[in-house]
Amino acid sequence: MNELAVKLQDEILKKFPKAKIFKHNERRLYITVPKEQIYDITYFLHKEKGLRLSIATGIDTREGFEILYHFSQDKTGTFFTIKVLIPKDNPNVQSVAPIFKAAEWIEREMYELLGINFIGHPNLKPLLTSDDWPPDKYPLRRDYE
Amino acid sequence: MSRRIVPIGPYHPLQEEPEFFKLIVEGEKVVDLEINIGYNHRGHEFIAQKMTYEQIPYLVERICGICSNSHPLAFVLAVEDAAAIEVPLRAQYIRTIIHELERVHSHFLWLGLAGHFIGYNTVWMWAWRYREPVLDLFEMITGNRNHYAMNKVGGVRRDILPEQVPLIEKALDEIETKTHMFTKAILDDPVILARLENVGVLPKEAAISYGVVGPTARASGVAIDVRKDDPHCAYDRIDWNIIVFKEGDILAKTKVRLLECLESLKIIRQCLKQLPEGPIENRVDEIAPGEGIGRAEAPRGEVFHYVRSDGRNSPVRHKIRAPSYMNIVSNEVAVKGYSIPDAALCLAAVDPCYCCTERMVAIESGKVRYTGKELIELSIKKTEQIQARYRK
Repeated sequence: MNELAVKLQDEILKKFPKAKIFKHNERRLYITVPKEQIYDITYFLHKEKGLRLSIATGIDTREGFEILYHFSQDKTGTFFTIKVLIPKDNPNVQSVAPIFKAAEWIEREMYELLGINFIGHPNLKPLLTSDDWPPDKYPLRRDYE
Repeated sequence: MSRRIVPIGPYHPLQEEPEFFKLIVEGEKVVDLEINIGYNHRGHEFIAQKMTYEQIPYLVERICGICSNSHPLAFVLAVEDAAAIEVPLRAQYIRTIIHELERVHSHFLWLGLAGHFIGYNTVWMWAWRYREPVLDLFEMITGNRNHYAMNKVGGVRRDILPEQVPLIEKALDEIETKTHMFTKAILDDPVILARLENVGVLPKEAAISYGVVGPTARASGVAIDVRKDDPHCAYDRIDWNIIVFKEGDILAKTKVRLLECLESLKIIRQCLKQLPEGPIENRVDEIAPGEGIGRAEAPRGEVFHYVRSDGRNSPVRHKIRAPSYMNIVSNEVAVKGYSIPDAALCLAAVDPCYCCTERMVAIESGKVRYTGKELIELSIKKTEQIQARYRK
């Protein structure tokens, strides 16, 4: 792994002791954090370390909704993917859109396709589905038919 | 001054994909912009989860007709990352050649349309005339002028034959001469400069906050390029440069694209020279459970694909992010403060895949104010005014 990426990995562990790091290969790291810390770690990675949010992926799993925030460290070509797990009976998580504009659209997309509520999003409304789409139907959920 | 709304779209302004831009104007000046998308939402991510790994490259190839190599390439890179599949060296080089040819034809397409919007139809005709030899090359190598179907998990589908190499090199010579001629003609023309310089500026801080990618970022001084940062295919074996400008205006975006064409030609030449012998694919029998991220530098910027596999024949989750998804939002900044005749060009400057220019209407108090044709005419009129000033 690149020195800069190793340094950042150590700093994350120091600052967020609850984070669990899984190294998939030299340029792909997956870091699981509790959902309460997502705002702080995003702030740290983007504002202090200059990482770029490439995109976020929302997945409906058996355990709950998983959100993967893919942060790209462009200097080293390393992806730091931050994973949070959101319980299905309480699909709420803090929005990171106030930190940077890049998260605004993707949070709206996850809101309409998976039904995850982003608290503090400046403009939370459907992005892709049509205006007459039923509000309680979420196409990317496992039970969608 | 009272504010009025000039809607552009949804079916559609200057772009191929239907989007809806609400320009909020005070007189001639654009003061705010609202963007609505989703008119072309086809549910690719959902469909992909029901298809096999062999079929998905054909599906994602059809996301976009212009960068139809970038999506399958990013997808196979993601699967290869998830299941740790090795790709033969010859296949890596062939992927690089196809990827760069695509960049040349896409940048020429943008250049032609940009020329058309400012009333330089000569630029349009010429750019598209010299895009033809690139498409002919595609037809020779892959059998198709578009949708090349070259990528598969573990390698490529078609080989580049030894007798094709001199033919490709000959065509590259012609394209290179014309790109040089073109670059000089455009950068020497005072009227084109007046239309492009200091128009649609995207400052560096905004570029970082909006997370823009590709030529849009590189024209604003953000030096990111997946080919350099996260080398895939054969890019780390080739000598080439990233093109970066600081200004952030449309002229900088034009320069980035023009000079990138020359870099692409350089990359293709080196690939043809170094093309190693060997197989073009590794047999892949099953995809192991795991997750992988693949990204490729499309003509418009970073294409991102995420694949999660549980060992079955199709992915559990397939996330796709095209570069325009990040770039289009940045229009909120780039178009503010400029006039309506400039807006058409500003919105097009991020190159959000376009085609149908006839479908733009502007409505004021229920009455159609500008149609797409009239907006282009407005833009052309501005060019003529500047030309007249230069003649005096």
